Amino acid sequence: MDEIFGIPAPLLFGQLLLGLINGAFYALLSLGLAVIFGMLNVINFTHGAQFMMGAFVAWMLLHYLGIGYWWALLLAPLIVGFTGVVIEKTMISRLYKLDHLYGLLLTFGVGLIIEGLFRNQYGSSGMPYRIPPELQGAWDLGFMFMPVYRGWVVIVAIVMCLATWLVIEKTKLGSYLRAATENPALVQAFGINVPRMMTLTYGAGVALAAFAGVLAAPIYSVNPQMGANLIIIVFAVVVIGGMGSILGSVVTGFGLGVIEGFTRVFYPEASATVIFVVMAIVLLLRPAGLFGRA
Amino acid sequence: MADAPLLQVKGLEAWYGESHVLHGVDIHINAGEVVTLLGRNGAGKTSTLRSIMGLVGRRAGSVKYDGRELIGARSDIIARAGIGYVPEERGIFASLSVYENLMLPPEVLPGGLPVGTIYELFPNLLERRNSPGTKLSGGEQQMLAIGRILRTGAKLLLLDEPSEGLAPVIVQQIGRTIRELKSRGFTVLLVEQNFRFAQTVADRHYVMEHGRVVDMVGNAELNASLDRLHEYLGV
Repeated sequence: MDEIFGIPAPLLFGQLLLGLINGAFYALLSLGLAVIFGMLNVINFTHGAQFMMGAFVAWMLLHYLGIGYWWALLLAPLIVGFTGVVIEKTMISRLYKLDHLYGLLLTFGVGLIIEGLFRNQYGSSGMPYRIPPELQGAWDLGFMFMPVYRGWVVIVAIVMCLATWLVIEKTKLGSYLRAATENPALVQAFGINVPRMMTLTYGAGVALAAFAGVLAAPIYSVNPQMGANLIIIVFAVVVIGGMGSILGSVVTGFGLGVIEGFTRVFYPEASATVIFVVMAIVLLLRPAGLFGRA
Repeated sequence: MADAPLLQVKGLEAWYGESHVLHGVDIHINAGEVVTLLGRNGAGKTSTLRSIMGLVGRRAGSVKYDGRELIGARSDIIARAGIGYVPEERGIFASLSVYENLMLPPEVLPGGLPVGTIYELFPNLLERRNSPGTKLSGGEQQMLAIGRILRTGAKLLLLDEPSEGLAPVIVQQIGRTIRELKSRGFTVLLVEQNFRFAQTVADRHYVMEHGRVVDMVGNAELNASLDRLHEYLGV
């Protein structure tokens, strides 16, 4: 069997793939956080819970209504995004004039409440969610077998990141978003309803988290903790990439997933901490993050 | 309503947090006029524009535009009534190209200038349309800040010190532009420190001190009132 640096190639590529999968989720989640932070100046600590809600809504749609994966991919983000709109309208929007810390505390608390409600209802053991039949099986890539569903997740995540980037950088709506990120008061003085834009931006960021949640449902078990476990790493990714940077969150998300994967091969003991080590180094050398504007 | 001024400001008061910056400003501007607010630093000129636009913490009094009371309105509603605003710091967005900056403000009323006409007024903006907004020179940024509100159909333009920090030749160009805009039927409220410049474009001048309007001078009487103005402006 082929070896690379004394490591069996299938193991190496397997971990690389796993790294890309995790990276896909890091990228999707940190992208939503970046969009929300850029526009609202709120660090959305509810993001993990909203990711979990995406997976749960997919599970509920299937379990209670018999609606499958493909529709869930569309409906769950809409439903969870709508709850985000309600949260922004009723709570977050009252905090814009206060210190950032209040938004952080509020969203952290809301996240805990949501997770508590789901744990109360469904327990913490987790529910299985089947891979849709169209995406079962594996591709033989010659050097390894790649499960179709995992390849799908990586591709969809890349497409979503690219689409989000295109919307923000290349469309009229995106120019409103970028301008309002710089100077919301002036954008509003041009006749744009900035408060409504903020509500919809929050909804869209939350929908992106829920979308990632649906993608994750067949990979991880659907349980109330699934977001909390991931979100800590995602915040490290956001800090490394640079708060509010779209490109930064995507590149850093995938990059750190891969670094984590490789660490699991070469020095497994450090795989859980490597991202935080990178974070510490980046903070020391570039406090604004790799892609952040100081 | 033909005789009513386009903009009628009465007893306008404004606060930034605890600090009370305007103490009852009264001004009016008729359709098609160019009117300046003169005064020293801190007299309340910029605050008056910001208050008309709804960009201060709190305001009271009356701001009537085209017969419509706007004192309780949000700034996006005020803009949509037909008022275009050029802030003192120009407000060019760094993350947008020149073209995106130009196209940013939404159309609020029919009858805005076509982009082609704006490029005729400011040829530099056409040449540099793909540059990032803040890579422009100060004069070009000022042209962009003015150009982008001409597209929207706004009838009243609030310009905050368009001549500030610009080379004399650019100031002359801005002056020509303001006269051109007047001839096209725009109404302009202009904040200025430089009354020599104001004299070349305006019909009337209000003088502000300590958050109030203390005097009004027609452009024709400006030279006769120089002593009085020198005293107000400390120049």
